Amino acid sequence: MSADSTQVLAFETDCHLFDGCGFPAPGLHSFLFEPLWGDTEGLYFNKPMLLALLGSFVIVGFFWAAFARPKLVPGKLQMVAEAGYDFVRRGVVHETIGKREGEKYVPLVVSLFFFVWMMNLWSIIPLAQFPVTSIIAYPMVLAAIVYVLWVSLTFKRHGLVGAFKNFTGYDKSLGPVLPLAMTIEFFSNLIVRPFTHAVRLFANMFAGHTLLLLFTIASWYMLNGIGIAYSAVSFVMVIVMTAFELFIQAVQAYVFVLLTCTFIQGALAEHH
Amino acid sequence: MNALVQLASEAEKENPLVPPWPELVIGLIAFVIVFGFLAKKLLPNINKVLEERREAIEGGMEKAEAAKTEANSVLEQYKAQLAEARHEAARLRQEAQEQGAVLIAEMRAEGQRQREEIIAAGHAQIEADRKAAAQTLRQDVGTLATTLAGKLVGESLEDHARQSRTIDRFLDGLDETASKAEAAR
Repeated sequence: MSADSTQVLAFETDCHLFDGCGFPAPGLHSFLFEPLWGDTEGLYFNKPMLLALLGSFVIVGFFWAAFARPKLVPGKLQMVAEAGYDFVRRGVVHETIGKREGEKYVPLVVSLFFFVWMMNLWSIIPLAQFPVTSIIAYPMVLAAIVYVLWVSLTFKRHGLVGAFKNFTGYDKSLGPVLPLAMTIEFFSNLIVRPFTHAVRLFANMFAGHTLLLLFTIASWYMLNGIGIAYSAVSFVMVIVMTAFELFIQAVQAYVFVLLTCTFIQGALAEHH
Repeated sequence: MNALVQLASEAEKENPLVPPWPELVIGLIAFVIVFGFLAKKLLPNINKVLEERREAIEGGMEKAEAAKTEANSVLEQYKAQLAEARHEAARLRQEAQEQGAVLIAEMRAEGQRQREEIIAAGHAQIEADRKAAAQTLRQDVGTLATTLAGKLVGESLEDHARQSRTIDRFLDGLDETASKAEAAR
């Protein structure tokens, strides 16, 4: 566990238990970075941006190595990449949208899955140790792409009136509560849905990173006198939470693309 | 300490749910890089290979199927030939048996015929010998008897004609008695 930015801050404070200084708890400030270049008022370039671009290159590099010259009889790397590709393609897209209609969206969903996963993975990669997706801008961009896609698909598939019925869950049998139901559905589908789509990922990564920070800082902070015992416990928690985060990162990437597919499927489906 | 305090004060101004523009742009660029490479080049690549592989596997299965069908037909053919050969062999054996039986019967008949011929020849020979012997005997007996009678009567009974008749009558009488005795027996 080396130079995480906030850890660096904790080190800078050089503050330990019984030294008469308070616990430098992680908070919103742990997710703010001094720009590596530029000025926060205008254009700038900071660590999450660097990690985002670096992550892109890692993904492209990995798949380039695996798929640039694919073999009929795959090597090890190609086999691993194929397994990942196949998991998203068949396990997610074909399962939710269907094989015939879903095939078109496979590249997008595969890209989304590996992009989100990589951005999440930065959280536990030494030196990086920051999940890019815990900055709301990144999940928001992805959710926006998905939102634009499924909304435009709905219009294309059902026309103006059909799309409106699709968004509002129009159902005559509801009778007098129909206007209320339609209002709620409209609000839920068009406004809440993209927001929750982005925030679900963001909040999970945010919370995970905060937890990791909490135990990491605590391990350092309590490293004084009798506190060393607690520090050890805290450090064990760091390791446990890292393993847990590894799991959560994959799950969140999976959930993100699963929801994407569900939205696309909903847009393509006939509304009754 | 200063940096932390400064960041903390900045954090109060910042809402974590309001994204700054530069990060949105970088996020978009980062994703577009990934999507561009995967969608335009790498995934079509692998899809092609996966399709080829599927075809290769199915082709292999088809080949195996064809080979199996051929093997089956060859086996059928072989079995049919074997059955035919067995049938033929049985037929030949049957024929040979029949022929053998015919041959044996023929040979037996031939043997029988030859035996009978030999027996008949033997009988004829015996009969002829007997007749010759009887003839000779008759002549000798006649001569002896005549000579004896001539001596006894003192008169030459050289007259052959009479002599012969007398002897014959006598012998016929003998024959008659003999055959009578035989019949009685």
